[in-house]
Amino acid sequence: MSTDLLTDEPLTIGSHTLRSRLIVGTGKYASYELMGESLHRSGADCITVAVRRERLIDAAGNNLLDFIDASRYTLLPNTAGCFSADDAVRVARLGREILLGLENAGADWVKLEVLADKKTLLPDPVASIEATERLVADGFQVLCYSSDDPITARRLKEAGASSVMPAGSPIGSGQGILNPNNIRICLEYLKDGDPDYPVIVDAGVGTASDVTIAMELGVDGVLLNTGIAHAQDPLRMADAMRYATAAGRLAYLSGRIPKRLYATASSPEEGTITRQPR
Amino acid sequence: MSDPAEFEIHVNGRPRTVAPGSTVATLLETLELDPRTLAVERNLDLVPRGQHAATLLTAGDRLEVVTLVGGG
Repeated sequence: MSTDLLTDEPLTIGSHTLRSRLIVGTGKYASYELMGESLHRSGADCITVAVRRERLIDAAGNNLLDFIDASRYTLLPNTAGCFSADDAVRVARLGREILLGLENAGADWVKLEVLADKKTLLPDPVASIEATERLVADGFQVLCYSSDDPITARRLKEAGASSVMPAGSPIGSGQGILNPNNIRICLEYLKDGDPDYPVIVDAGVGTASDVTIAMELGVDGVLLNTGIAHAQDPLRMADAMRYATAAGRLAYLSGRIPKRLYATASSPEEGTITRQPR
Repeated sequence: MSDPAEFEIHVNGRPRTVAPGSTVATLLETLELDPRTLAVERNLDLVPRGQHAATLLTAGDRLEVVTLVGGG
């Protein structure tokens, strides 16, 4: 009997199909070499990247693109660092232009982040909705970072987002899934009459169990960065996150047992040769 | 002595003097940047790669030259 993992459907977001349900960021690594190896170990086939000014002084400066095989990954450009809809639209278009030059499949999508506040890095819901509408009108498939508020999530879907990506907890905080009930309601609202609509937990997961909890709730994927990049051993943590994603997904598909207050014996209660208490 | 026909633009927030007749393409060449891995914005509007050579720079232009970096 085969002990390979039972097959699962790939993750479909808009026109993109991903084998792995784990999407990883490329920031905060101690070196680009370590990043490249960690990405590989994570098993992800989609990685998110940021758009920033060329360093014009340091012409010999290392470029991210020298350390990833762009033909192996679908790149997902993000608008991290944008605090207005106008800036997010600008950055999304610049990201698309770069990916068109690289002939990467990710040229038609964007991870939209419109932040409201530097301390919390919480998204600005009004600006996120506006930017989603404008980018969708411009031909983008928008994967939108959101808080875990179900009403905002629903509005983003109505604005045309190809995926809504609620945060488990603040970006980079490692606090895990702070409000699983909100994630559940997001899932219920976003998948109502549209069960294949992809919902991805983006941000806040700190360790493998956080990823598994998210996947067990029924989200379609998890996007993370710091949890791997800032682990003491990013390579091992990349492995852990990879298996945690698969474990949570399999558990979700399997249908967990209900929680009970009291014990139920796993061995037969009949046929015991010992004296039983009342 | 600077050529009086030279003019000043801003590239990634820094002033830079360029020769008359400069285009986005000649600027990237001067900066030794590979146009395949970057994108250029001029006065908040994207300049598609196909228009780099035809886009003449004018005094006071504000250019952003961006590429991909690690991020989450």
